Amino acid sequence: MRIRPNRRSGPKNFPSQAFDVFNVAFMVFLAFVTFYPFYFIAVTSLSDGKAVMAGQVSLFPVKFTLASYGLVLRDPNILRSYLNTLLYTTLGTIINLGMTLLCAYPLSRPGLEGKKWIMGFIVFTMFFSGGMIPTFLVVNSLKMVNTIWAMVIPGALSTYNMIVTRSFFQSLPEALHESAEIDGAGEMKILTRIFLPLSMPIIATMTLFYAVGHWNSYMNALLYLNDKKYYPIQSILRNMVVQGQMGSATMDAGGGSDFLAIDTTIKYAVIMVATLPIMLVYPFVQRYFVKGVMIGSIKG
Amino acid sequence: MLRRRLARQWPLYAMLLLPIIYYVIFCYWPMYGLNIAFKKNIIKNEWVGLYNFIKFLSDPYFYKLLRNTLLLNVYSLAFSFPAPIALALMFNELKNLRFKRVIQSITYLPHFISTVVVCGMVVNFLSNDGFVNQVLASLGFERIQFLMQPGFFRPIYIISGIWQNVGWSSIIYLAAISGVDEELYEAATIDGAGRLRKVLSITLPCIAPTVSIMLIMAIGGIMSVGAEKVLLLYNGATYETADVISTFVYRRGMQGADYSYASAVGMFQSVVGLLFLYAANRFSAKISGSSLW
Repeated sequence: MRIRPNRRSGPKNFPSQAFDVFNVAFMVFLAFVTFYPFYFIAVTSLSDGKAVMAGQVSLFPVKFTLASYGLVLRDPNILRSYLNTLLYTTLGTIINLGMTLLCAYPLSRPGLEGKKWIMGFIVFTMFFSGGMIPTFLVVNSLKMVNTIWAMVIPGALSTYNMIVTRSFFQSLPEALHESAEIDGAGEMKILTRIFLPLSMPIIATMTLFYAVGHWNSYMNALLYLNDKKYYPIQSILRNMVVQGQMGSATMDAGGGSDFLAIDTTIKYAVIMVATLPIMLVYPFVQRYFVKGVMIGSIKG
Repeated sequence: MLRRRLARQWPLYAMLLLPIIYYVIFCYWPMYGLNIAFKKNIIKNEWVGLYNFIKFLSDPYFYKLLRNTLLLNVYSLAFSFPAPIALALMFNELKNLRFKRVIQSITYLPHFISTVVVCGMVVNFLSNDGFVNQVLASLGFERIQFLMQPGFFRPIYIISGIWQNVGWSSIIYLAAISGVDEELYEAATIDGAGRLRKVLSITLPCIAPTVSIMLIMAIGGIMSVGAEKVLLLYNGATYETADVISTFVYRRGMQGADYSYASAVGMFQSVVGLLFLYAANRFSAKISGSSLW
């Protein structure tokens, strides 16, 4: 986001200064409320299960232990689902990017015959859709249910992202295209050799949007997968953390009160394992996300 | 002439081929597939007209679903919609830019956390021996079964939604605010306007087009609440307030395999939603001149 000095503060007076104090205090509060749940999850997952049950954990891990991480990482179901998610995210994002570029580039060209009709055909799907059941029936009749294709093909293209990418292409100078054309380059060559190298910011943004979407998605898995061996990590999370079913690791951990006690820390450890990649990457890529929204909002 | 241009543009159409096939198969084929809503069921290919729709509309449970869906959206219009606008205005008043950037980064973060994790946090923090109840108990209050009481569902849904998205949604308004002409503020300062006056008389009117576009979209979505989050937060004990049209479609269609009836219910939702969107757009075009298309 472009930053510019705030030169609007008028003459200093009491209400204005009081507001500034309140505003800063509110922001600190907001940051705390936003961040503390993550922090709490982290310290709980590193604490001893019994201390967690007794409510002793608030700011620091109590009786620091990595036991729950050990159990989580040794659980074959969790490990497999993690690999599945990595596969779906990588493959899905590659397909998404290819489709988005193939769709956005031609539609960004001025003078493409029938562009208005094609855009109308595409944009209409943002406002009306067949819905959950007819889409499931299509995926089902394509024999995609319980295959990895169900996880990457039905959402291969996001119309919103395509339109954002198209706006970016439209903002590149037309002279680039003309001079490349005079040099005898075909459209595919112009796209890959000239437009793509200039479009790295938008491609980074789209990669992140799509990748985070795949990483976090559970609805497709819920609808299109019922074989556990294809489950992504979010499905395992849903079963363990939201519905409270035990993973096999918790089963091995024993019964009785120990069983309950270790449960919360395990749940939180799974949350950490599933969320950490995003949390670690986030500070470095945050500006690309913001850029994506800004380009999208200018188009409106 | 047209033919020559088409011939020259064939590589562009070739590029569009795969995306168009995608839209045909995964968007338009399901729309065509909605015809099962007018059939008895998927095996018996017998046309029954509006039977499924009438069955749904005359079911007393329909009113409960409709009420729950509309109420969740009305609450979200009342609370989740203005929150990011207020936050953007407050961000804009921060003077220390470093501080501002740090706070922004923190508030954007939850948007990138999966719904499953957010709901997992909610469920565990609010459970009987969860964080919130531990605090309540240590203060001498009774423990509350938040997730089992229908009265708590809507606040939980709305508040967790605001928590997750208020920062991220504020970006679009911040973008609009940064587009306001600086000279307007300078002129107002010379005229002796205070900060509040400037927000009310310059910033808000200048971002009104953005606000109305977002409002049109929100009203267009008033008939639908995504199944994704509700499925994670509700349970049999809270259907009373939590069951919405899309979760009903999921249960009847995916779990009950009653495809025709579930499709009819889903179609009812999207058609009425489209009408709402159209009406909101017409209204906004008349009142403020900003419209989606």
